[in-house]
Amino acid sequence: MKPRFALRSSMPWWRGPALIAAAAIVTFLLSAIVIRWAGGDPISAFRYMFISPLQTKFGFTESILSATPLVFTGAAVAIAFRAGYWNIGAEGQLLAGTIGATWIGIHAESLPAIIGVPLILLAGMICGALWALVPALLRTRLGIDEVVTTLLLNPIALLIISGLLNGPWRNSETGFPDSDVISKSTQLPIIWPGTRVHLGLAIGVVIIALCWWYVGKMAGGLKLRAVGMSPGAARIAGLPVERTLLITALVSGGIAGLGGSSEVAGVAHQLTTGISSGFGYTGVIVATLAALSFIGSLCIALLFGVITVGSFSASRALQIPSTIGEFVQSVLLLTVVAALVIQKYRVVWTRGKK
Amino acid sequence: MIEVTQEIIGASLRIATPLALAALGELVTEKSGVLNLGVEGIMYGSAFVGIATAAQTGSLTTGLIAALVTGAAAGLIFAFLTVTLGVNQHVAGLGLTLFMISFSNSANRIMFTADGGQVSVDPWRPFNFGGPIFSQYWITYATFLIIVPLTWWLMRRSGLGLKIRAVGENPEAADVAGINVTKTRYTAILIGSLYMAAGGAFITLAFVGSFTINIINGRGWVALALVIFGRWKIGRLLAGAALFSLVNAGQLQLRLLPSFSDVPFEILLALPYLAVIVGLAVSGRNVPYPGAYLKPYKRH
Repeated sequence: MKPRFALRSSMPWWRGPALIAAAAIVTFLLSAIVIRWAGGDPISAFRYMFISPLQTKFGFTESILSATPLVFTGAAVAIAFRAGYWNIGAEGQLLAGTIGATWIGIHAESLPAIIGVPLILLAGMICGALWALVPALLRTRLGIDEVVTTLLLNPIALLIISGLLNGPWRNSETGFPDSDVISKSTQLPIIWPGTRVHLGLAIGVVIIALCWWYVGKMAGGLKLRAVGMSPGAARIAGLPVERTLLITALVSGGIAGLGGSSEVAGVAHQLTTGISSGFGYTGVIVATLAALSFIGSLCIALLFGVITVGSFSASRALQIPSTIGEFVQSVLLLTVVAALVIQKYRVVWTRGKK
Repeated sequence: MIEVTQEIIGASLRIATPLALAALGELVTEKSGVLNLGVEGIMYGSAFVGIATAAQTGSLTTGLIAALVTGAAAGLIFAFLTVTLGVNQHVAGLGLTLFMISFSNSANRIMFTADGGQVSVDPWRPFNFGGPIFSQYWITYATFLIIVPLTWWLMRRSGLGLKIRAVGENPEAADVAGINVTKTRYTAILIGSLYMAAGGAFITLAFVGSFTINIINGRGWVALALVIFGRWKIGRLLAGAALFSLVNAGQLQLRLLPSFSDVPFEILLALPYLAVIVGLAVSGRNVPYPGAYLKPYKRH
């Protein structure tokens, strides 16, 4: 007897949620093994990770803060993947954005905030888009796979940051390899008094809304989706496939770059080599778990913000590695994508070969 | 000058070893029509499991075997997701990479670095057959003298290679011809993952002798690029690996020169990556992707 997957003709309503729940359970079990191995109690670790951040105002607002860069990278990845442009370079584009933002931030001494803030946001967005430009041109002009080029540009962006911080941007007071604190006039205002939640979150939510509105409701968004679903058919239908891909890639890079601005101008207020803890890569998980929906990306980003804050408090309280948060996220990705496919099939047991 | 040239060539061979292994593994995988973006993670996980096992058992060979087992396990997970289920290959591969990296980092913390330590072993030493060029690790010799010709034979002369290419070009036709598409793709992914695992293990068990965060440092991504640069041909792929490694070894030597002490070393570090992108831009247009690249196969 051999298993075979056959496409389902009908699907009971409960199958989708049940499989997602199964994916979550598998994730919990695998994570529990690692937590046990680290000498922690899985139940209390999960309580720290998923519940305790939501029980205090501080935990909640810190979770929103951690979610903010993921809102940007999630949206950046979702819009690119929707068009079938496999931008795995949101990490590099976000880092490019932090470079542009820092450049404005440390050179804009005497600007009023009303100019400084838009300027620093714009700088990040432009740098992110520029970082996405080369792979996009290589793809649309020469047909070179964007996956590899966007990936390779990620370490280059980090090396540029490291070069700047070890050279011209070295901290003028401490001499450490982190930049000077950016000018007050370019720092994003706090939008929730008494917390660290800053304007970047509001901008991220606006970006999500704009993406949802454009991709879902506008003619251009329809073209984008058509290109993503079937570039061949879109070309036959007379759609400008290359142009759509190029513009989508630049928008995607711009959104990721804006996320970089938001991190520099909103939280860190200076550039460090650790400015991004893999936000671009996590953005791929966020967008995928959301099935490339923008509103969904926002929700998953918030969930991941909770997990990030929670895994740090679990790490402190139970002496387990804080990387357990990333582990949970990646296992959840693998199990959920498997569940999403399995729900479309049923297992048929067949006799004999093949 | 001759001495420096010899040093550069010798270092290039060392640098090229994990790249060639990973890129050959990716080539075998992609020839079957599957893109494995898990290459970076498989290298990372195998590098960690290899050295962790070697440190615990005191045997480098056991470490290498453990690394290969890790690669095979990761390959099976990836094959189940992409071949059996038909999950999007970009997502499954990247997910596998993130999984392997976060698992290794967590395990590294639990086993070794919780009290501020670091895992290290007494690594394999190069055999010296005279001169800097011929002072190489046994894995380097094995890679270029055995695995490269073997892979060429596998892909061009063996029945399995023919099957792999057939399911990568046209799985429907291969199926009609009686080739088991699923089994062939599983085999290709498994072989590829073993190569990638060997590449990762080489780094910790021979090249470095210890494990630190981010030890693979994008080598898996470079390997991916080398496959496209090489247009799925082993000779061209090795030429690409040689180019990358020469630039890399060259920049290491340049950093030693006093006149280059003012040049930020990061620019030199970025050079090899840039060289790959430029190489792709120059030679990568209209590359002959395998016919069924990225396409899962389902019988109807």
